[in-house]
Amino acid sequence: MSFDHFDAVIGLEIHAQLLTESKIFCRDSTHFGAGDNENICPVCTGMPGSLPVLNRQAVEFSIKTGLALNCDIRRQSVFARKQYFYPDLPKGYQISQYDRPLCENGHVDFLVDGQMRRVSIVRAHMEEDAGKSTHHGDYSLINLNRAGIPLLEIVSGPDLRSAREAAEYARAVRNILRYLGVCDGNLEEGSLRCDVNVSVRPKGQKELGTKVEIKNINSFRFIEKAIEYEIHRQIDCVLNREAIVQETRLYDADKNRTFTMRTKEDAHDYRYFPDPDLLPLTVEEAWIERMRATLPELPLAMATRFVRDFQLPEYDAFLLTQERELADYFERTNRACGNPKAASNWVMTEVLRNLNETGKTILEVPVPAEHLGRMIRMIDTGVISGKIAKTVFGEMWTSGQEPDAIVKDKGLVQITDVASLERVIDQTLAENAANLEAYRSGKDKLFGFFVGQVMKATKGQASPEVVNELLKKKMQR
Amino acid sequence: MISQETIRHIAKLARLEVTDAEANEFAAQLSAVFDHFQEIAQLDTAGVEPMITPSEIALYLRSDQVERQETVEDLLENAPEKSGHLFKVPPVV
Repeated sequence: MSFDHFDAVIGLEIHAQLLTESKIFCRDSTHFGAGDNENICPVCTGMPGSLPVLNRQAVEFSIKTGLALNCDIRRQSVFARKQYFYPDLPKGYQISQYDRPLCENGHVDFLVDGQMRRVSIVRAHMEEDAGKSTHHGDYSLINLNRAGIPLLEIVSGPDLRSAREAAEYARAVRNILRYLGVCDGNLEEGSLRCDVNVSVRPKGQKELGTKVEIKNINSFRFIEKAIEYEIHRQIDCVLNREAIVQETRLYDADKNRTFTMRTKEDAHDYRYFPDPDLLPLTVEEAWIERMRATLPELPLAMATRFVRDFQLPEYDAFLLTQERELADYFERTNRACGNPKAASNWVMTEVLRNLNETGKTILEVPVPAEHLGRMIRMIDTGVISGKIAKTVFGEMWTSGQEPDAIVKDKGLVQITDVASLERVIDQTLAENAANLEAYRSGKDKLFGFFVGQVMKATKGQASPEVVNELLKKKMQR
Repeated sequence: MISQETIRHIAKLARLEVTDAEANEFAAQLSAVFDHFQEIAQLDTAGVEPMITPSEIALYLRSDQVERQETVEDLLENAPEKSGHLFKVPPVV
């Protein structure tokens, strides 16, 4: 496969469900998991005479997202009808935005393997979701709970060049949405949905190849795999002199391949036109500025700050800022101990590992950041050893107790007292006379053995630094 | 002149069935309408903003509050067919 002679051109359309309480054009709840058709009304079922009334919160979430994606916010955007027939679209059209979307001309910066990449955002427009159909052979069933849930469709430019880059871009957008609190970003539940446009062209060619759209991808891993598969399929087509058909394909995760859903011949002709039921949406400058003032520090800015202010490795900084709550947890830990690198290490290893093992999220972490911070300070001030700290941490995790109390109750204070350590060392040396002899005649490696013996004898509580120092002195003689 | 094929395409998009005679008839009618718009399109509109709405009222925005007035039963009442609380429709796939 001469992958090397081709470039892939990839663009993503991300549909984000906005976290409003009520639907975009009516007062039904957006609550996930309600009973069948519990959240429907005459507006979202398309009853004659019903009229849409726009949800202010949905607009504000969209403006915030637009600003976070560095978009221009249109002072006047227009809702349009996108017309097609499908039973889960009761009105016969979806209210969307067409030639005058709310947000345009933005960009997102993100890292791919340590390299900064910028992808343009062509537009981000508001629209309503359709209902859900399930098919049962000779009939279909329709649930309209989802019809009318507010969506923001974020359309990237065709700037992505690899499957990996596309997946990282999607993750970056998801993180931004979650930081803003406008979308929960759950791909499995469909609150974030991703359509991918892929084409290939010989290296150096200016014109774009025929693009294929892939739908139905419900994880970041699958975004990567689906695109990977599709790039190979298209290159094969080109090399075998077969035409690439402009079409929509579906990704089948079980088979790890894409297959035709519909070709251009039966592609939709949507006949968009401005929805006469809704006036243009006017957004004053002052409103935009109010929204701008509510923007939190975004993941990339936060990661950059962690590298700059705390001298954290880039890897740590990006891992810690994947979730806003995790970043907050790290920051609070750091404030309590004043040792960013140690705070980062504990959060990334012990905290994340324990969360993983217990299936908890960072919001449910049983160890308050302040406790972890105080424990790190106890290591740094020599009260406990790093080894004992692991025990203390485990205890904090299960009991929720404060580190000071655990150390005191369990007598875990580090032994730094020279006299008592000398007693242990003398005894250890006496018990291992042969090894001591071997060490003195040149077997340097045995030093570690003696350190281990002393630590064992003190149940790990001896200060390793003091033990090292004393052992060196005593073993020389 | 609007062709019969265009009429059939438009009819298909609207899920309407048209006979040959109807397609002929509508082609003539719609061509007249279309020609009239062609005439209007001759007007010089340079510098004129496309009008989305003649109204100058600002769009009303509602607050994000959940309110429920009808029951599921109310909303399913007119459905020709249902299954439990779901709408039942002819097969789509």
